[in-house]
Amino acid sequence: MVDAVFADDPAARAAQRAYFVNRVVIYGLLGVFSLIYLLPLAVVIMNSFRPLPEIAEYGLINIPRQIHFSAWADAWGTYCINGACEGMKRNFMNSLYMTIPATIISTILGALNGYILSKWRFRGSEVLFTCMLLGVFIPGQLALLPWAFLLGQLGLNNSIAGLVLVHVIQGISFTTLFCRNFYVSIPDDLIKAARIDGAGFWRIFRKIVLPISPPILIVTVIWQFTGIWNEFLFGVVLTSGKQQPITAALVALAASETNVRNFDVMSAGVLIGAVPPLLVYFFGGKYFVRGLTQGAVK
Amino acid sequence: MQPKPPPGLTPNGLRMRLGEWLPFALLVPSLIASFVYVFVFTGWTFYISLSDSSLLPTYGWVGFENYAKLWSSRRWNIAYNNLFFFSTFYVLGAMAVGLLLAILIDQKIRAESLWRTIFLYPLAVSFVVTGTVWSWLYSPVAGIEFMVQSLGFENFEFALTASRDLAIYAVIITGVWQSSGFAMALFLAGLRSVDQDLVKAAQIDGASSFRIYRRVILPSIGPIFIAVAVIMLQFAIKTFDLVVALTGGGPGISTTFPAIFVYDLMFQRGQIAQGAGAAIMMLLALTVVLVPYSLWMVWRRRRDSGHG
Repeated sequence: MVDAVFADDPAARAAQRAYFVNRVVIYGLLGVFSLIYLLPLAVVIMNSFRPLPEIAEYGLINIPRQIHFSAWADAWGTYCINGACEGMKRNFMNSLYMTIPATIISTILGALNGYILSKWRFRGSEVLFTCMLLGVFIPGQLALLPWAFLLGQLGLNNSIAGLVLVHVIQGISFTTLFCRNFYVSIPDDLIKAARIDGAGFWRIFRKIVLPISPPILIVTVIWQFTGIWNEFLFGVVLTSGKQQPITAALVALAASETNVRNFDVMSAGVLIGAVPPLLVYFFGGKYFVRGLTQGAVK
Repeated sequence: MQPKPPPGLTPNGLRMRLGEWLPFALLVPSLIASFVYVFVFTGWTFYISLSDSSLLPTYGWVGFENYAKLWSSRRWNIAYNNLFFFSTFYVLGAMAVGLLLAILIDQKIRAESLWRTIFLYPLAVSFVVTGTVWSWLYSPVAGIEFMVQSLGFENFEFALTASRDLAIYAVIITGVWQSSGFAMALFLAGLRSVDQDLVKAAQIDGASSFRIYRRVILPSIGPIFIAVAVIMLQFAIKTFDLVVALTGGGPGISTTFPAIFVYDLMFQRGQIAQGAGAAIMMLLALTVVLVPYSLWMVWRRRRDSGHG
């Protein structure tokens, strides 16, 4: 913005000073906000390594004076939640067993649906698409009773498989929306030419659509993975005890604290629950943000 | 574009006809599932809300009695008052902070992606995690109050979650912390899409950057403001996990929300008919927000394509 060529010119010097002040204000504000945003993360990370007496004496927001690792082992394997002293490993695995299949299935279905709804349109397909979209907006509370009833009928109550089903059906709306909006931008002429060449539904999908799909599939997978991993309502309502995903276990852990708060173990527990989506965020950041903005604006 | 296929290589009739039906057939399971999810589930919940169900679904018709009970219940009144209060300050707060951050980041700063990463990471963690950690930070015996007091400011008070009147502010602050990065991302995308020629023209006219933002840039991203507000309102109406983890709806029932009310009645108190009625009210609230927005979007798209 500023040319320092005429350094002797008072106007130029004033502009330079104004620029400097402007930068100080900008970085100052960014710094203050960063501190607020990072504080909770820093607090849990540090407290998962601080011994409990130290936390009790110096409070949660303080630097570690001693470091110990036993809180992590406790939180993972031996801590008592709801009477069972197995730590969170079981709930962590539950969340994995729930999130991975639900993410894969809903993404595959979304890609197929999106491909059909954008490139194999038929009469009424737009209306059907709109109906599917409504699923994005329905609050989970409306579906609680029906799901509880339906899963009971299917013999899937209190099971990970039941949660997978719930998340797949809930997720189809989103994944279809993402993929359809992406595939719409493939020129129709390309598909037409392929059909004239004799390529059928699957061949076009494999040879034309799939090769250009990675960006949208990554966005969809990240969106689904973080969304399903972090989901709480269905987990807490449709499963109990050992079958619960980690979000529900975390709330149970925090609520089961009666008199002494084991902040060290709970910090480790919170981090165990937060690490998978955080890893996805740090490694897939660009796609994560793209998913957010796409899911929001469309 | 591509050369025409030589005659004889075109697919035969049967395969063609099969091929015509295949896409539809593949779509059918998803369609049925979505249809059941959207219409049958909602319809059934609505029907339950008109029935005399208590612990289990029963189908004695009582009309809108459950809704009358709902609206005369103190708990529900607190819940929706909280929702209004929370929504207002949560949406405005997250938008204000998000816009400020977006403008700061838009000033050609160094390490832009690092800053963005810092402000956006809360979105990757669950409301449960956020709520749990912030409940510790509000704790008077170990959190922010304790820290500031031990720095020597002994009269400092920040025990928001211990007070019936102030706990809702704790929910608002935490909600803003979690969501403002999201608003930032959307605003930033908007700021980057502004026609740079307009901005340059204003700069040449000697307008200050504050004026340029107020008069040129922000007005041109008006639609983004509405989109952000609508999305945030949607979050607000569905608010559940955050409050459960942060305050558990307390102290007392001071931070109860419609979504918590639904859960409570359905699964803790065995009054599923009234719970279903409350869930329908949540749907109504979402409809009030989303239908005008969708109509507006459709209107805008028509208008734009009419000009194009």
